[in-house]
Amino acid sequence: MNQKATEPEDTKSVVIRITGDSGDGIQLVGAQTALTSALMGNDFSTFPDYPAEIRAPKGTTNGVSGFQIQIASDHVATPGDEVDVLVAFNPAALVSNLGQLKPQGTVVVDVDAFDARGLRTAKLESNPLEDGSLDDFHLVEAPITSQTRLAVKETGVSHKAATQSRNFFAIGILFWLYSRDPEPTLNYIRGKFDETIAKANEAALRAGWNFGETTEAFPRNFNLPATTVQPGIYRNITGNEALAYGLVTAAHLSGRELFYGAYPITPASSILHKVSQLSDCGARTFQAEDEIAAICAAIGASFGGAMGATGSSGPGIALKTEAIGYAVMLELPLLIINVQRGGPSTGLPTKVEQTDLFQAVMGRNGEAPLPVLAASGPGDCFDTVVEAWRLACKLMTPVMVLSDAYTANGAEPWCIPELSSLEPIDVQHPTSVPGSSPFQPYARNDFLARPWALPGTPGLTHRIGGIEKEDGSGNISYDPINHEKMVHLRAKKVEMAQQLYSSTTVFGESAGELLILSWGGTLGACREAAVKAQKAGRSVSHLHLRHLNPFPVELGNILRSFKTVVAAELNDGQLRQLLRAEFLIDVQGLNKVRGEPFLVRDITKCIEVHLSINNTSHRGAA
Amino acid sequence: MSVLQKPTDFTSDQEIRWCPGCGDFAILAQMKKLLPTLGIPPEDIVFVSGIGCSSRFPYYLETYGIHGIHGRAPALATGLARMRPDLQTWVVTGDGDGLSIGCSHLIHALRRNVNIKILLFNNQIYGLTKGQFSPTSPQGLVTGSTPKGTVHEPLNALSVALAGKATFVARSVDTNAKHLGEVLRRAALHRGSAFVEIYQNCHIYNDGAFDYAKNAKIKANHVVELNHGEPLIFGTEQDLAVGLNGPRLETIKQRGGEWADKPLIHDETNQDSSLAQMIAQMRHPEMPEAIGVFRAIKAPTHNDLMPDQSPTTKERAKRLKKQLTSGQTWTVA
Repeated sequence: MNQKATEPEDTKSVVIRITGDSGDGIQLVGAQTALTSALMGNDFSTFPDYPAEIRAPKGTTNGVSGFQIQIASDHVATPGDEVDVLVAFNPAALVSNLGQLKPQGTVVVDVDAFDARGLRTAKLESNPLEDGSLDDFHLVEAPITSQTRLAVKETGVSHKAATQSRNFFAIGILFWLYSRDPEPTLNYIRGKFDETIAKANEAALRAGWNFGETTEAFPRNFNLPATTVQPGIYRNITGNEALAYGLVTAAHLSGRELFYGAYPITPASSILHKVSQLSDCGARTFQAEDEIAAICAAIGASFGGAMGATGSSGPGIALKTEAIGYAVMLELPLLIINVQRGGPSTGLPTKVEQTDLFQAVMGRNGEAPLPVLAASGPGDCFDTVVEAWRLACKLMTPVMVLSDAYTANGAEPWCIPELSSLEPIDVQHPTSVPGSSPFQPYARNDFLARPWALPGTPGLTHRIGGIEKEDGSGNISYDPINHEKMVHLRAKKVEMAQQLYSSTTVFGESAGELLILSWGGTLGACREAAVKAQKAGRSVSHLHLRHLNPFPVELGNILRSFKTVVAAELNDGQLRQLLRAEFLIDVQGLNKVRGEPFLVRDITKCIEVHLSINNTSHRGAA
Repeated sequence: MSVLQKPTDFTSDQEIRWCPGCGDFAILAQMKKLLPTLGIPPEDIVFVSGIGCSSRFPYYLETYGIHGIHGRAPALATGLARMRPDLQTWVVTGDGDGLSIGCSHLIHALRRNVNIKILLFNNQIYGLTKGQFSPTSPQGLVTGSTPKGTVHEPLNALSVALAGKATFVARSVDTNAKHLGEVLRRAALHRGSAFVEIYQNCHIYNDGAFDYAKNAKIKANHVVELNHGEPLIFGTEQDLAVGLNGPRLETIKQRGGEWADKPLIHDETNQDSSLAQMIAQMRHPEMPEAIGVFRAIKAPTHNDLMPDQSPTTKERAKRLKKQLTSGQTWTVA
C-alpha cells in the first residue's frame, strides 16, 4: 500500500464540477468554494448549470444541477474546458457529466446513491461503478450519505436534515483536496442556519475533510498559491449583480433616480431582485403586469427626468419591441437590458446563446436604429451599463445592453470601483427658451441630440409622441421630405456614438494571418485560445467588440489588416452577417448553438484549421 | 410659476384633427374650463394617451403631453407618476385602447391606486381605423368587420374598473356639459386612481349610440343621476326610482306621491363595491343607466406604499459605497 503524501503539492489550476439533484445544494457548494478561493487570493471563474425545472423528479437526468469552477494561481477567464474533479451525488448526475471529465480525472461519487433505485431512476441498466465505464478515470467511492448521517447523529437533527447536510460533507472533501480554508464556510454556516442545523453542517464538513485525509483513495492533496492581481478591495460578483450595481451607479453619476421596470423572466429576474435591495440608494423598482408595461413605465419615468431602465430576456424583449421603437421616436434616454438565453420562443430558458444580436440591432418596425453594447463578463456588466447610460443621455436615445445566461450567473472576483474615480455623466435640462420664440423640442445640438425638457418647467410645455414629427418644432408631420430627413437625422445621431467610444485595441499584432473576433460573454475562451496560439508563435490576434451598433469607426481597417477574420459567436453567424454587410469582407464564422459556452479548445481547433488553410493556399500560390 | 385664468390659456397652437361634430370637442371644452380652476400651473400638468381618436387629446392642450402607443398609456403614466408625484397626471384612452389592447394595464394601474386620472372615451366603436366593433359595442352591431353583426358580449367599463378596485369610479356624457364638468372636477381632486367613463358620440361610424342618454327629450327617463346620500330617482316627472329587491335592482314607480318600495340611497363611500357594481351594470333599455360618481373612497396611493427613498447625492454615494462593499470582500495590497 502506498504511503500517503503529507505535504500538499503546488498546482496551477483546477477545474471542479459538482453535480446532483437541483435540491441537493449544489450551487451552495460552488458558491462557498468560489468565495473561499477568492479570500485565499486565487482567481476563479464559475459556471452554474441548472435545469429550468425548479425541482425535477429526484435522481433523474432531467433534474441534474451542476456547478463548475476553475480556480487558478494565475489569471483565469473561463470555468475550464475539461474537468479535473467531478463530484456526483447520484447516478444520473454521474452519467450526464462524465463527458466533461478529462482522461485520468478524479470522480468522487456518493456510493450510497448507486443502489438499485438510484440506477433505475437514472434509467441505467448496469451500475457504472462496476461495468467498466469508469476505467479511464480515478474513481473515489465515498459513502457520502451514510457517513454524513453518522457524523451528524450527535446533533440530534432529523433524518431528512441529516441527509441535507451531505453537500457540506462534499465541501469537506474538496476543501481538503485543494487545501481550502474551511473558516469562511464555517462562519457562513453559523450565520445562516439555526444552531442545531449549523452544528450538523459543521460536523458534516469536518467529516468530509477527515474522509479525504484518511482515505487511501486520494494519494495526496494540492495547494493553489495565490494570484497576483491589481491592488484594491475585491468581492465576488455575478453578471446580474454587476448590472444592478451598474444601473444604480449610472443613476448616481448622472444625478437622477433609477426607475427599473421588469417582469419576471429567466435569466434576468435576479437583476430585479438586486435592484430592489438597493432602494436605500434611491433605486425604484416596478414589477409590472407584463413586459410591455415594464418598458412603458420606464419610458414614462424617463419623460419625467428619471433614469428609465428595463431588463428582460429574448422573449420579453420581443414583447417590448414596439415600445423600443417608440422610445427611438420620442428620443428619450432609456436602457434596455437583454440577458440572452437559448431561443427561439421559450427555447432553452436557462442556457446561454448569443442569438438575439439581430433582434437588438434590427428588430423593430421602421428605420429604428439604436446603440447596442455587449458585456464581456460578469464584472464588465457594470462598466457596460454605465457606458450605455452615458451614451443614452448624450444622444437622447434608447440603448440596448446585451448580456447572456452564462455571464448573468457566472461569478468572478471584481475589483470594486471607487465611486469618486468614475467620470460623472453630464445631463442638461433646458430651463427657458431664448427670446419669445416657441420651444423647439426637436431642435438638435452638435451630437444631433434634442433637449430633454422636463415637465414642471415653465414655458417649455410641449407634446411628444410616436407619430412622425416635424424637424425642430416636433409637431405632427406627414410631410414626405420631412420624414426622410427625420429618419436620417435619427440614424446619424446614433452613428455619433462612434465618437464617444474609447479606441479599439487588438490583442496581439495589429495585422497578420488570423483575427479572432468575439463579442459578449465569449471573451474568456477566445482570449485564452489567442494567448495559447501566440505563445506557440502563431500569427493570431484577437479583437473583442463591446460596441455592436454602430461598430467602432476603425473596425473596417482592422478587419482588412488580416488575411482571415473569424467571428466566433454562440449563434449561427449574426455578427458575421452584419460585418459582411457593413464592410464587404468575407468574414468566416465559428458558430455554436447548443446552449453551451465556447470551450477554449473550440477556439483553438478553429485557429488550427484556419491557419492550416492559409498555409495550404500559400503553398498553392508559391 | 404662471397663473392662468382662462380656458384659452390652455389651448395649444395645434390644429384639431377630429371630425367636425365629434363628441371629443365637448370633452375638450370641459377640460379647458376645468384646468384654470385647479390652481395648478400648466407646466405641472401632463396628459398621457394611447392610440385612437381620443388619444389625440394631449396635442390640443397647452400642458406637457405624451402620446403613447396603443393601450399603454396607464403604464407610461405609472412610471411618470412614480418618479414625479409633483405633477398632475391625466390619462386619456378609449374603449378600444383601454378595454381591449390595454385592458390589463388599466386594471393594474387602478388596483395599484396610482395617482392618475383616467378618462375613457367610450364610443363603442374603433373610429381611427374606420369602424370595427369595439369591446363595448352592443351585440348585433353591424360594422366593417361584422357585416352580420357582432356576437361578442360587450364589456362594461365601470365593471372592469370596479373589479380593479378603483378608488374613484364615475360616468358622464360628452354633451352633458354641467355634469361632465363636475365629474372631471371630482376626478381631478381625488387622491389616487380616478376612473371616468365618458359616453362619447362618434357620428361617423356609430352615430346615436347614446341617444337615450343625450337626447334632451328622452334622457330623463333613461338616465339616473347619482348623488351621494340621495335616492336614485329619475324620470321627467321624478316619479321613477331604482330600488333594491332582494339581490336585484329594479325600477320602481311612485304612486300617489308615495313610494311603494324604498328607493335606493346612494353611498359613494361604501368600501364594498358590490352595490356600485350592480348600479354600473344597469343597462338601457331594461333599466336607466347611471351617471355620476359611483365610488370615491380614501386609500393609500401606489407611491404612499412603495419603499421609495430619495437620499441626497452625498448620502447616496455613502450608501452605494456601503452596498458595493457589502458581503465578503478582501483587500489586495
